[in-house]
Amino acid sequence: MTTSARTDSGSADRADALAFPAPKSAKCPFDPPPAVDRARAAHPVVRATLWDGTSAWLITEHEHVRQVLGDKRFSAEGTRDGFPYLVAGVRELVRTMKPTFFRQDDPEHARLRRMLTADFMVKRVEAMRPEIQQLTDELLDRMIENGPEADLVADFALPLPSVVICLLLGVPYEDHRFFQERAAALFSLQATAEEVRRSQQELLTYLAGIAERKQREPDGSIISRLVAQGELDFDEIASTGRLLLVAGHETTANMIALSALVLMRNPDQLARLRAEPALVKGAVEELLRYLTIVHNGIPRVAAEDVAVGGVTVRAGEGVLCLVNTANRDERVFPGGDTLDLGRDANRHVAFGFGVHQCLGQPLARAELQIALETLFRRLPGLRPAIPFEDVPFRHDQAIYGLGALPVTW
Amino acid sequence: MLVQIDQELCCGAGSCVRTAPEVFDQRDEDGLVLVIDEKPPAHLHDAVREAADICPAAAILLDEQDA
Repeated sequence: MTTSARTDSGSADRADALAFPAPKSAKCPFDPPPAVDRARAAHPVVRATLWDGTSAWLITEHEHVRQVLGDKRFSAEGTRDGFPYLVAGVRELVRTMKPTFFRQDDPEHARLRRMLTADFMVKRVEAMRPEIQQLTDELLDRMIENGPEADLVADFALPLPSVVICLLLGVPYEDHRFFQERAAALFSLQATAEEVRRSQQELLTYLAGIAERKQREPDGSIISRLVAQGELDFDEIASTGRLLLVAGHETTANMIALSALVLMRNPDQLARLRAEPALVKGAVEELLRYLTIVHNGIPRVAAEDVAVGGVTVRAGEGVLCLVNTANRDERVFPGGDTLDLGRDANRHVAFGFGVHQCLGQPLARAELQIALETLFRRLPGLRPAIPFEDVPFRHDQAIYGLGALPVTW
Repeated sequence: MLVQIDQELCCGAGSCVRTAPEVFDQRDEDGLVLVIDEKPPAHLHDAVREAADICPAAAILLDEQDA
């Protein structure tokens, strides 16, 4: 009776708990770790042991991930006991600093999020397309000028979303090295508590300074508007800005780089996309499903006992919703381990689910669609300049991606 | 089909606008959902069902009985 044994969340079943995060297969770096696949084949709700010896339930199936992330009995409040963290420094940070809406529950979460929803709504982002297209073309102009070799991460995938989020927030892009380095530290699974704390503090000080400047010199940016509205103090504006700045470029940058790589690895799929540019919207949904850059789960903690997939998650126990395995769930995406740009992937949960689902998803989609269509149209001979085995996948980051992607054309 | 929404639940992710743009829009001031066609024609029903299914906040309620 595997199921009943696993409903007991006490110490008895910890001996066979899965150490998480688990290593990926070097041969299939786009796929969930083999140990996670084996465990979810045995039971869809997996007991895991984290770095600090604490336990959490891994929620691996599409249905259950949607259930948990859509259920307000699972809290996003990072200060609650039992909330699972993968990095010591981030846990300390959440305990010592005022949270953003990312780690709050409604009604406070909704109040803060709704100050920003209009900025990222579909029609607002659609109106930005010409500007995103122009930025994309400028980056490619420069690459072509300096070519025929480039690092697709540093020269294209990272600057594009970084420039766009800077424009939206009202942050000078000239400072990108400063905030990109600190954002990387916040996402690193290896960063010490001190590195995380210092990076966070430096970013907040920097953004509070920008907020003060907007008070003197208002413009059309998000930070300027938040200052003018006067509902948030400078510290809150800085932490909201920090959230958007960090979330706004690392994620999309890694999706652009991984998408470019996986398309170059699947020439038949790429040929299909080239032959039929209208396919790009669906293709981006399939790439989001297949690559799902959040590989270590979306964390929640049960505020009361809740039954999920035959297991009772007790109040105070942590769960990690594995959106990457949910997006490979065979019952929802048959043949899901294969990239198929013609697939209807619309039900993927790459942006999460529930009221915390990614605020910036319309922007991410527009950037991905424009970046990938333009990249492969303007550089028809694009190919990796190093063997696939040498591509530096970032296993040490909370957001999966590539450290670099040397290309030629 | 009658399309109803609960703006209190809406988190402004925009999935519905992307999936069924003939039926859903977002409010200019806060990005929350608006229904622009609460009795959509039959050829849009599948898209509306998909929008309701993928709505992360379960803010779209469909009355399939409504003629």
